[in-house]
Amino acid sequence: MNDKNVDEVTKNTETESYSLNDDRRVKVLSPSALVVKRFFRNRLAVIGMIMLIVMFVFSFIGGIITPYGQDQQFYRYENQMKEYAGVVKNSDFRYMSAEGQKFDSVLQAKFQLAYQKKEASFEYKDVTYDLLEEGTDFYSVSSNGTMLAIAYKDIVNGETVEFTFAEKYAALKAYTASETEFSADGKAYTLDEDHNILLDGQVVGYISRLVVSPVENGVVLSREFKEALEAAIEDNVEEFQYAEGDEEEQTYKLSYDATMENWSVRRGKETYVYDSYAKPSKEHWLGTDSNGMDMLTRLMYGGRVSLIIGFIVVFIEVVIGVVLGGLAGYFGKWVDNLIMRIVDIFYCIPSMPLIIILGAAMDAMKVEPMTRMFYLMLILGFLGWPSIARLVRGQILSLREQEFMTAAEACGIRVSRRIFRHLIPNVIPQLIVSCTMSLGSTIIMEATLSFLGIGVKFPFASWGNIITDVNDAYVMTHYWFVWIPAGICLLIAVLGFNFVGDGLRDAFDPKMKR
Amino acid sequence: MRKYIGKRIAISVMILFCTTLIIYALLRCLPASYVENMAMQLASKPGAKPYEEWLLQLNASYGLDKGIVPGFFTWLAGAVQGNFGDSWKYTVPVLEKFNEVIWLSFAMGAIAFVLELIIAIPLGVIAATKQYSKTDYAISAGALVGISLPTFFFATILKLIFSVKLGWFDLYGLVGRNYAQLDAMGQFLDKANHLVLPIITIVIVSVGSLMRYTRTNMLEVLNADYIRTARAKGLSEKKVIYQHAFRNTLIPLVTIVGGSLPSLFSGALITETLFSIPGIGYTSYQAMIIGDIPFSMFYMTFLAILTLSGNLLSDILYGVVDPRVRIA
Repeated sequence: MNDKNVDEVTKNTETESYSLNDDRRVKVLSPSALVVKRFFRNRLAVIGMIMLIVMFVFSFIGGIITPYGQDQQFYRYENQMKEYAGVVKNSDFRYMSAEGQKFDSVLQAKFQLAYQKKEASFEYKDVTYDLLEEGTDFYSVSSNGTMLAIAYKDIVNGETVEFTFAEKYAALKAYTASETEFSADGKAYTLDEDHNILLDGQVVGYISRLVVSPVENGVVLSREFKEALEAAIEDNVEEFQYAEGDEEEQTYKLSYDATMENWSVRRGKETYVYDSYAKPSKEHWLGTDSNGMDMLTRLMYGGRVSLIIGFIVVFIEVVIGVVLGGLAGYFGKWVDNLIMRIVDIFYCIPSMPLIIILGAAMDAMKVEPMTRMFYLMLILGFLGWPSIARLVRGQILSLREQEFMTAAEACGIRVSRRIFRHLIPNVIPQLIVSCTMSLGSTIIMEATLSFLGIGVKFPFASWGNIITDVNDAYVMTHYWFVWIPAGICLLIAVLGFNFVGDGLRDAFDPKMKR
Repeated sequence: MRKYIGKRIAISVMILFCTTLIIYALLRCLPASYVENMAMQLASKPGAKPYEEWLLQLNASYGLDKGIVPGFFTWLAGAVQGNFGDSWKYTVPVLEKFNEVIWLSFAMGAIAFVLELIIAIPLGVIAATKQYSKTDYAISAGALVGISLPTFFFATILKLIFSVKLGWFDLYGLVGRNYAQLDAMGQFLDKANHLVLPIITIVIVSVGSLMRYTRTNMLEVLNADYIRTARAKGLSEKKVIYQHAFRNTLIPLVTIVGGSLPSLFSGALITETLFSIPGIGYTSYQAMIIGDIPFSMFYMTFLAILTLSGNLLSDILYGVVDPRVRIA
């Protein structure tokens, strides 16, 4: 503490001891230090710099830190209600003829007529058939005392084998009379309260007016399920729980269609689907996109692609622009004329339409997404160099007339060295400014193309093609997290380049400061 | 001056010739999938000629059977006479379709341009006069934000706010659902209503560069000696800025504004496509993505002519407004 004070004191006395015209009194800064100082005094430029650093860290380091891959897809189980079974309440008579007898469709129709007229008999081909009401909606038809057939609405279902006529007749008779026991063919059966037919305590069949059939082929509906279903229909509930054997309990939904007079049973079926458009959560901070990929990770990789494309395109532009602009500016005369006319021609080519056409052609040729990205960079670079060539040429034209160039020539330095070591470095300030600005516009261009679907393609992410999803109006209105973050990233990166470029321009050009 | 203009026009025509040649060569080198598809469709009809014959016939009728250079001269000969061929997509002469859609684009561009001027020039002047103040920072930052905004993102945000949340405008298209039932005035208002969001998009996205240009030039003028003289004379600051400085700023402004007049016809490709406004940009986009060579060729030539005439116009205007240039 004390030492430090002493130090400062000695320092102060030292400075004060210099004479007034001593050079050491003036703090000397190199030109580049001055530029840096001026740059950091510009608030917007510093903000831009911070934005750029944030975006670079986000894209390049973020991609390493993130636990997910660029095209890693996430899945979820979704409960989709699917049609499971249909239930119809039998409202027509069913017929069964006794063994050795016939009861064809004509007789069935006759029976139907007689039933509707509530007649006790009908005639057909001189034979009289007698109807006997054995129970509710249960008739037997006989002629001359022999039983021909039975007509019934409650259906007797056999568990393993179909019941014989005698068994059915006895079962229905007992059922309609609400008895619990019957016997047929010498066997004694019992009927329980669930209308099951039991033989020696074993369920061999059941009686029910409901016809249950599965929607999908090959599905066997168990008796327990049907019982639960019947109970649900009787209780008039819309939902019931049922567990098939050892499986988990599942929810079934019942809906009654009055016009068709049937119930349909829907079962929730677990399906394994892409976890698309998931809301932001702990696992996915910005949710997932339409393919079930983590949005934040896509944004990071998209940033990499967008920034790298920007840099490579600008690099191509600079290489071509500096070489051609340098040649034109240094040699002048016909070289200048020729190169500047080429520049004019390139200036005239409408780049956006041309790239759209080339993109559409690449679509038609089904170019690989990776190759496509290279082509995109090349095309953007080849169309963008003229402005840089113009800038370099203009600067060199004015620089080459200056004394240091005469000196360089007098020293016998060879031409290429004079251009690239003495002229070009003097152009670099303007070049840096122009590059920074064109980085921003290149990124916008690439994003626009990717947005239109002719730039960077899936599976590669780019900020532009992430936003493409908004072409679906539903996504635009309901899933903000799919497109707003990408747009903001794009805006921040481009704004950062523009702020920095603007700041650099002011810093390099002290004349602009008052 | 006349000699200079004549020379410039001659150079421009040469440049245009080379540009169209390059574009034509590029378009011809691409796989003409459209013609192949069409031939395939025609050949699949019952009783039709085989695919190869259709392909040959179509190529011949579109002038694609010749080599690139003869093909280009055939195209050029037609183009000079104002015959750009029939559009493949729209199946009408290219110029007819162009005439149908260009005026909408022009109206949109003109309105947006006037709005840009009204916003950009005063703000640019204010920013320059108050350099390094909060106002200057706000205006400069605002201009840069406008430049940095991707058109498609900004348009989508506008759509979300004004079309979806507030429901003031339709999402797409030029006319509403009940356009046919409206009277003439109603139809005009309906169209105007549909153009509001596209025009806002164009203005915001492109106002920034003009604003910055005004500011830079105004700053340059404010640093000039004659401004110091004017101040030294004791003129009021208002008079110095609006009578001495601003008039001199107008020189570069008039040249750049004049130079961008032709581009009013170029249409806003992205904005029109996003809002499905049937202007020249949207129409060409539709034609380009299916590889409609006659229409694309015409559109790009048209754009090249606009660029060239813009440059020419701004050079001439520079001589007109600034007498110092005329002598040299």
